[in-house]
Order: sequence, then C-alpha cells, then structure tokens
Amino acid sequence: MTNKIAATGVTAGSDKPFPASAVDNKGSRKISVSRLAWIKIAVFFAACIPLALLVVSVLTGSIGPNPVEGIEQATGEWALRFLLLSLCATPLTLHLRWAWAARVRRMIGLFAFFYASLHVLTYLWLDHFWVWLDIVLEIVEKPFITAGFLAFVVLVPLAVTSNRFAVRRLGKRWKALHKWVYFAAVFAVLHFVWLAKGDRLEPVVYLAILLILLILRLPAVLRSNEG
Amino acid sequence: MNSRFNPEKKSGAIPSSEITDRKVFEQRRTLIKASVAGAAGSLFGYSLGTGSALANEVADEDTIRAAFRTTEELTSQKTATSYNNFYELGTDKGDPARYANRLITEPWSVKVDGECNKPGTYTLEDILKPHDIEERIYRLRCVEAWSMVIPWNGFQLGDLLKRFEPTGNAKYVAFETILDPDRLPGQRRPVLQWPYREGLRLDEAMHPLTILATGMYGEDIPNQNGAPLRLVVPWKYGFKSIKSIVRISFTEKEPPTSWNMSAPHEYGFYSNVNPKVSHPRWSQSRERRLAGETKGISALFSPKVETHFLNGYADQVGSLYADMDLKKFF
Ligand code: HEM
Repeated sequence: MTNKIAATGVTAGSDKPFPASAVDNKGSRKISVSRLAWIKIAVFFAACIPLALLVVSVLTGSIGPNPVEGIEQATGEWALRFLLLSLCATPLTLHLRWAWAARVRRMIGLFAFFYASLHVLTYLWLDHFWVWLDIVLEIVEKPFITAGFLAFVVLVPLAVTSNRFAVRRLGKRWKALHKWVYFAAVFAVLHFVWLAKGDRLEPVVYLAILLILLILRLPAVLRSNEG
Repeated sequence: MNSRFNPEKKSGAIPSSEITDRKVFEQRRTLIKASVAGAAGSLFGYSLGTGSALANEVADEDTIRAAFRTTEELTSQKTATSYNNFYELGTDKGDPARYANRLITEPWSVKVDGECNKPGTYTLEDILKPHDIEERIYRLRCVEAWSMVIPWNGFQLGDLLKRFEPTGNAKYVAFETILDPDRLPGQRRPVLQWPYREGLRLDEAMHPLTILATGMYGEDIPNQNGAPLRLVVPWKYGFKSIKSIVRISFTEKEPPTSWNMSAPHEYGFYSNVNPKVSHPRWSQSRERRLAGETKGISALFSPKVETHFLNGYADQVGSLYADMDLKKFF
C-alpha cells in the first residue's frame, strides 16, 4: 500500500491515514521523528488538561453548586473545540505548511470523541439516570438534543474506524466516510446555537469558525469527490 | 447597623400550625374554615377570587398560611447568592455575584404610574415604612429545571399595591428593573430588550403568597439577588420574580414581558410552573434541587426530584386559573 504521507515530506513512520488531496504535493516542511514524538506527547498532555481541571473543580466544589450542569457544559464545549481543532489540521498543513498539524489530527479527533463521550455519559447518567423513556422523548422532541445526538451518532463510526486496520480494510471508502466529520461539526454547532438561552454570542463565534473552516476546505472536498 | 429590616423584631408570620398544639390547631382550623370559607380574602384585605371557582376551591386562610414556610431542606446561603440568573450583571451563573458592586442601590426610588390614584416617585424608605417584614420560606423553581429553597424576608406585594389605590381599570401590574448600561455590564449587549420587564395579573399580584423581598437568610438582600427590592412569586418560573425594581405600573392590558418578547413560543406571560407543559429546551417534569451537598462526588449522584404543578402551591393559587387552559396560557 502506498503511503500518502510520504508525499508530504514527513519522514516519520506512517500512522496517519490522510486524504491525498489534503496534503498533495505542496510539500510541508520536514519534521523529524523525535520532534514529532515530542509534539504528540505535548498535544496529548495538553488535551488532558481540561479533564484534569474539571476533576479538580468537581472535587473542590469550585465548579459551583450545580456540578452536573458544569460538567455537561465543560465536556460539551471541549468536544466541540477539539472537533473544530481537528478540522484546522488540514488547512494548517496546506496553507501554513505545518506538517505536524496533519500528524496530530487523529489524536485531536479522538480527544473530541473522548470529551463528547464524557458529555453524553454525563447526560445519560448524571442528568437522566438512564431513564430511557425521558431520554428518547428528549431526543425526539427537543431540536437541540436531536442535533447533539446526530453529531454523536456521526462521530462514533469515525472514532471506530480511526485505526490503521480500518483504514486498510476500508480503502477508498475510508475517505468518504471521514468526510462526515463536517456533518458532525455542523450538528454540534447547531446543537450549541439552539440550546443557548438569550445570549447567542458564544455559539455564533463557533459557527463563524466552522463556516471559515468549511469555506477553506470546500474546494478540496469537491475536487476529491470528482476523483 | 442600618439594616433594612429586623426579622427578629418584626417577624409575625410563624404559621399557627407550628406554634399551636396540633389538636387545638385542628379544632381551630375547622372553626376558621366554617367562618372564613370564601371570606378568607377579607383577612388579607382583598378578594381571593371569583368565589365560584370550578375546578379549584378558593383557599382558606390556613391553607394559604401553611404555604408561607416549607420545611424542606434550605439551599445554602452561599449557593443562593453565587448561582444566579441576573442578566443585567452577565449571563454566566457566577457573573451576578462577580459584578454585584456595579449595581448602585442607594439612593433608590420606585416610579409608580398607570391606572392608580396615587402615582408618583417613591423613595425606598417611603415604600418600606409601613410594612412589617416577615419571613417566607419558598421553593424557587427556575425554568432551566433547577430549584432552590430560600428564606426570604419581605412583605406582601398586595399591601403595597393597595396604598397606590389602583383604579377599576387596573387589571395588570407591570414591573421594570433598573436600566443603567454604563454600569451594568450585561446591559451593554442586546441579550434582552432592556430594561427587563415583568408583569402579573392584578389578582396574582394581590395574592398573599406574592411578596416583595428586601432580605434573605435574615440579611439584607445581596445585589446579585435583586437588591434592594425584588418580587417573589413562588408558583411561577424564577424569571417572573423580577429583581431590583424601579417602576411599578398599573395597566388595563397585559403588559409586555422581557422573555416573552425575546422568545414568545418558549416563555408565556403566565409562566406558571407546570410539569405538563414542556419547554423546547428543558423538559419541565423534573428539577435538580440545589440544596444539601453540592460539593464532591456525592453531589453528582443526587437524583432530580419531581416538579409539581404550580410549584407545589396549587392548593393556594390554583383557583386563580380555574377556568383557564394552561397549555394555551403557558
Ligand atoms: C446524544 C448526544 C448529546 C446530548 C444528549 C447532548 C446534550 C447536551 C445538553 C443537555 C446540553 C446542555 C447543558 C446545559 O447547559 O445544562 C449540552 C450542551 C452542549 N453540548 Fe451536547 N449533547 C450531545 C452531543 C454533543 C456533541 C457530540 C457535542 C460536540 C461535539 C456537544 C457539544 C455541546 C456543547 C458545545 C454544549 C454547550 C455547553 C455550554 O453551554 O457551554 N454535544 N449538550
């Protein structure tokens, strides 16, 4: 199997499935194996910081008198942030030639899924105590919950197929499948916009970021669809 | 200390059920029921309803008094004063406490206008002078599906409104919160149409459960909770209980109210607590009671409690809505 990453000039071992269109022959700056390893370690620990702070704030009570709501909000926001960050990787690689950005994309995407899973778990357990009737009713009746649910439903197969084995098994279909990440992002942002009460500034900022990312990616996505 | 009230001295609202021997109390209750039924209003200085309520009997005095204090576990003072919705000071729950000092409460005056014989601008002292401050322990249910139990110090709104002599045309009372965008950080952005507006039907406003609070937990009310004068209507969602009131108007027509103006399909004029009327964002059938342990792991696993019709005050105020379709007038 040809290693598409090689074409970017990245010298580290291939562990990153990456659409050829995203990194074509622009040639990102070379990055050494050890430097990449350090970057990955740094990103990993950085991505754990929000969780650590959340745990501390729950244990000390600094999260406030409604910790369940606090956890739900923090994990939801971090899921969305990591999701949008993962969408930044390709533009950064293409336009700024940050080769490492493409190489940490999978990890960031998985962190998005990790925080989203904590978020959904909080909702199912601490918010609704597994009362499935209530949960299903909310998913059906409340548009903002429907949107969050759809975002999560899209993220699950992406996370499951993020490993090298799945990339190999799925071949071409892998790329098509993983374009769905844009749908997940759209649903997640809608989820936030619709749940906001009164003040919509924050979700609208996320919406603007998403739109910029979509506009940046649109040409490449369309091109690869034709191919 | 120049406290706006002294609950020790003036408190006169200990329900008879708590200070009277149970048996004597029951007897008295029956007697009172016989003599006061239907006329309970006169003891409170107004008529409690139409007298011919269909679905709900008009409550007698004891029933109403019984709701002056709940024995449920209180929300801690810290929680009630640090977790607030007061968008004038910011939309985050911690903002009101954080920016509390931006609200200037001295001097304070209230403009009274509309359908009444005694309009004018009244200083806070004018407003408070004749009223005895009593303690009311009420449940507070937020539309966001959380609730608290708060000991308020205040007086019945109806006693104040009577002083302004509403005319026969007065059917509603409208309230406004202070407008001060130079100082209040939340008013610099059009999150809502400022000033914040709320309103009640006159009979709701005159109901003995409806109070104006000047204190909570036996202390002056903190700015983040609506100093120096706020409404407390325990059977309605919290946003109806408007804070830091600077204007009271008697109107003939239903007055515009802020959340209803912002999202009419989500927030009705009445906004009575009703588990059967779902909100597009929050199912209203349960609530998270913010009382007891709110720290550490155990706080995470305290289940939500059932939400009751009219926040558990149906026996007292149900008759106000006897002939109304509350799904339509939500
Ligand atoms: C089954 C799926 C989901 C459910 C049931 C769900 C439920 C919720 C609920 C109930 C809230 C409101 C929290 C509150 O303010 O009290 C919320 C907030 C939020 N959720 Fe979700 N969610 C789901 C999936 C997702 C996903 C996949 C993402 C992002 C990738 C996400 C991002 C957010 C964000 C950003 C917020 C706003 C946090 C804030 O108010 O600051 N959610 N979600």
